Amino acid sequence: MAEPTRRQVLKGAAAGAGALALPGCTPTTFPGTLGGADWQRGHRVRDGGFPAPQGQAEDAAIVIAGGGAAGLAAAWRLKDAGYSDFVLLELEDTVGGNARSGRNAVSAYPLGAHYLPVPNREAHALRHMLQGFGMIVGEADGAPVYDPYQLCADLEERLLWRGSWQEGLYPASGLTADDIAQRDRFYREMADFRQGVGSDGKPAFAIPRAYSSNDPRFTSLDGMTFAHWLDGRGFTSPVLRAYLRYCCRDDYGTEPERISAWAGVHYFAGRRGWAAGGDGDRELTWPEGNGRLASLMGKAVAPHIRSGQSVFSVVREGDSGALVTAFDHAAGVSRQWRARTVIMAMPHFVAARVAPAETVKGALRYAPWVVANVTVNRQPRGRGSALAWDNVSTGSDSLGYVVATHQSGSAGDGPTVLTWYMALSREEPAQSRKLLATRPLAEWQRIVADDLLAMNPDLAGAIERIDVWRWGHAMVSPAPGFLSDPARLAAIAAKPPLLFAHSDLSGLSLFEEAHYRGVVAAEAALAHLGHPFESLGA
Amino acid sequence: MAEQEAPAGGAEDRAPASLAVILLVSVLVVATCGLVYELLAGTLASYLLGDSVTQFSTVIGTYLFAMGVGSYLSRHVRSNEMGVFVRVEILIAALGGWSAAGLFLLFPVVEDFRIALYGLVVAIGVLVGLEIPLLIRILRYRFAFRDLVSNVLTYDYIGALIASLLFPLVLVPRLGMIRTGFVFGLANVGVAIALLVVLRGRQRVGGDLLAALVVLASLLAGLAGADHILRWSEVAFYGEPVIYARSTPYQRIVITRRGEDLRLYLNGNLQFSTRDEYRYHEALVWPVLGRVANPREVLILGGGDGLAAREVLKDPRVGHVTLVDLDPEMTHLFRDEPSLARLNGGSLGSPRMQVVNGDAFRWVRQARGRYDAILIDFPDPTEFSLGKLYTESFYREVARLLGPAGVLTVQSTSPLVAPRSYWTVASTLEAAGLKARGYHAYVPSFGEWGFTMAAHQPPGDAVRLPAGLRFLTQASERAMFDFPPDMARRPTPVNRLDNQALVRSFAEEWGRYDG
Repeated sequence: MAEPTRRQVLKGAAAGAGALALPGCTPTTFPGTLGGADWQRGHRVRDGGFPAPQGQAEDAAIVIAGGGAAGLAAAWRLKDAGYSDFVLLELEDTVGGNARSGRNAVSAYPLGAHYLPVPNREAHALRHMLQGFGMIVGEADGAPVYDPYQLCADLEERLLWRGSWQEGLYPASGLTADDIAQRDRFYREMADFRQGVGSDGKPAFAIPRAYSSNDPRFTSLDGMTFAHWLDGRGFTSPVLRAYLRYCCRDDYGTEPERISAWAGVHYFAGRRGWAAGGDGDRELTWPEGNGRLASLMGKAVAPHIRSGQSVFSVVREGDSGALVTAFDHAAGVSRQWRARTVIMAMPHFVAARVAPAETVKGALRYAPWVVANVTVNRQPRGRGSALAWDNVSTGSDSLGYVVATHQSGSAGDGPTVLTWYMALSREEPAQSRKLLATRPLAEWQRIVADDLLAMNPDLAGAIERIDVWRWGHAMVSPAPGFLSDPARLAAIAAKPPLLFAHSDLSGLSLFEEAHYRGVVAAEAALAHLGHPFESLGA
Repeated sequence: MAEQEAPAGGAEDRAPASLAVILLVSVLVVATCGLVYELLAGTLASYLLGDSVTQFSTVIGTYLFAMGVGSYLSRHVRSNEMGVFVRVEILIAALGGWSAAGLFLLFPVVEDFRIALYGLVVAIGVLVGLEIPLLIRILRYRFAFRDLVSNVLTYDYIGALIASLLFPLVLVPRLGMIRTGFVFGLANVGVAIALLVVLRGRQRVGGDLLAALVVLASLLAGLAGADHILRWSEVAFYGEPVIYARSTPYQRIVITRRGEDLRLYLNGNLQFSTRDEYRYHEALVWPVLGRVANPREVLILGGGDGLAAREVLKDPRVGHVTLVDLDPEMTHLFRDEPSLARLNGGSLGSPRMQVVNGDAFRWVRQARGRYDAILIDFPDPTEFSLGKLYTESFYREVARLLGPAGVLTVQSTSPLVAPRSYWTVASTLEAAGLKARGYHAYVPSFGEWGFTMAAHQPPGDAVRLPAGLRFLTQASERAMFDFPPDMARRPTPVNRLDNQALVRSFAEEWGRYDG
């Protein structure tokens, strides 16, 4: 401890100068691990070669195939309705999907999704769950009151812009009159969309997406890219476009040139968070990110979870049920479940291999991501605004970093974990996935360290380890036409005994969407099986 | 002496008369510079290490001895005295010029500052010790020996007088130590460059001239950037001699002392001065303890210096004190260092004391006790992380830990400088369901300082104060609750985790005050 402590007193500027002058002083390798969704297991589902199933098929009223946010939400919904004749089969050793998390001596940290915006009024089921988890603690003026410890504490965001950190993510200085005019016009137009109501009486943009209006006045936006729409509306300010690019990559993992204008507008017009005390525009977050939600859901249904089970075949048996075959990685054998209803809680590209007869070909594309958890022995600083939860640089192609200990403590300095995000959106996804599969840990670590030190030269010498996590198919990208994508529509229209539950059905990779799809599928299964329940309005 | 041996260099005796003048002037300059470096080192040492008699004595002794070593070593210079002299000047300019800045910068980062200090003193001393013997040898053909010794020593002593008068009267007050170093470094390198220019026609001086110019440039840069160096070398930032400085994972602890006045700074912010801390701590503690019928269990949040605990432990009714402070180095320092433990009366080592080293923000959330009195003594809300300790959420947890008849107080910045921030604490305590009441005291080293008392029931006027307090009496206690209009209560927002209203208003109000 003596060494870092001594070094610590070299004030930021001096340390910064050192870092700039002597890039060679940053070690090129750090302790750390290279992890990711288990590709071998995933690719084996693609490539086949599993042994033939052994023994009698087990009976289960409901089999949920997949333990990501949607599968867990379906299981939570079944449990919440007092139903317990179900199993959840998960390919990985732990459930959670994109919402998984890690932990070391310093802090818990996210491996993927890391926050949940205060849900909209229409997200009944989600709110019901948050209440059960102690995240909604009461009611005031008819609106839900959120636990202040779980709402993101101030300071929420800061941006490195022109050499100095500022509060918020939109550049606040050095803007031309045109930049300002375009920014204000953009926000006005988005506010109009946010308040917009279609001819069917539904909000123009809603979360869950299914509550959105089908009025072509809005859905026609799906016919073009967001970039094209921006061009057409005269939104050309480079500052605005850089900000919008950041937003698209942050939420969809893709460039504005590749996403549907409907999705682009939805990002700004879909959120109408409902909470007392003006907390509607805030976010819930935890040191482990959405791992908190995943673990609470997982805990609620723990006896039903079978992990390490690659579901590789689901075959419908008329209307009476389906036969689910899965490979048990621990035992090295394949087993079967005979289910009256199966909820396919997996991304579409996997479902298409597991149950080819039940899926329709579509054009869904997936964005690859890299997430690095960087353990540092002191907290980042920097010129200008103080450290925030989310820290983004205009000069970087990464999406910046969030601070794992932001919520948990009040120690202004001391060690923490920084979760660094990068959407690999520059290349074609297939190319990026190849990179993910082949680039060695040390090279990722160098990329992460260089990017982080460019944002925070004050961290020179403070990095203790870098754990890299790769997501080959991190999220579905809502490309133009996604609203009418046949794969998506077929999955939504599926009827028991074979249901689908995944945020792919919404085309937007949001926790709210995954949760909604899980709840809808669970309620459809309950209705099919004749189990009485009170619908959560899904 | 001139008869003893032929000059080895031989160039100087044919040199122009201007060289002799330059050389005699340079005696004056090098003498002044030499003494200035010695004074700088001595002053810096007493400034940084305290105990000026010892520091001056040892620095001067070492320096003079090193000069002797230099004079002795001059015999090994067998040829080219002028060339060696010029190089010595360049070296002294670099070392002496940067000495003050270097020592300030090194102080917080080196394990043993004395090694750096005396190493530098010896190096400069040896080089300065070489100067006069070399000059005498260079000038030996220009003057009769009698005149030579007289001239050199006269200029040498005049230089000493100039330095010793300029240093305390002009240099330190006007230029500060860091700039003084650079200015005299420039004088040294100026001598070197002047000699090189004069010698240019007769000797190859290219390398030396380049070195001299590099040193000149570095000294000019240092002089221009002296303010930056001062900021980096935070030690120079304190008004008093620093006797202890340490960076912990959480903060920078600096203790200074001038005479009897000992001061604690955390991250550059004054925490107490022994001259008047009793005012602060009596005002923090006794209005609370004096309003609790039976303060058996007392909780102190922050206050790792043990001074609030000292007051608390004076009360025989107090059975047990729990003190939660983030930084173990802080509480260990004030428990184990005799001079500091004397200040808090050994409170941190008391058998009635339980010290918990942890983040109070986390600790209160999992704590289960009930306390009759709670004293909250955190640093000012200068940062978002500290601002969390002043939020409604935090006070809700504190209120849960406060017994039904318990009373708490919060140090809450200056109601005069930052009235909105000050009253935000009261508004926030009230939002957390407590009844709050402000009071304030004059603490000279802080100015007008504010506290906020709170309890489940509105805190009353009746107070029982022990005998023997230095600041509080019944009358002065009562007066603390009176707020003149410039500090009077005003509407404020509630400080919450998700708005950090206090950190923002604190920065704004103090920013305006500090200019």
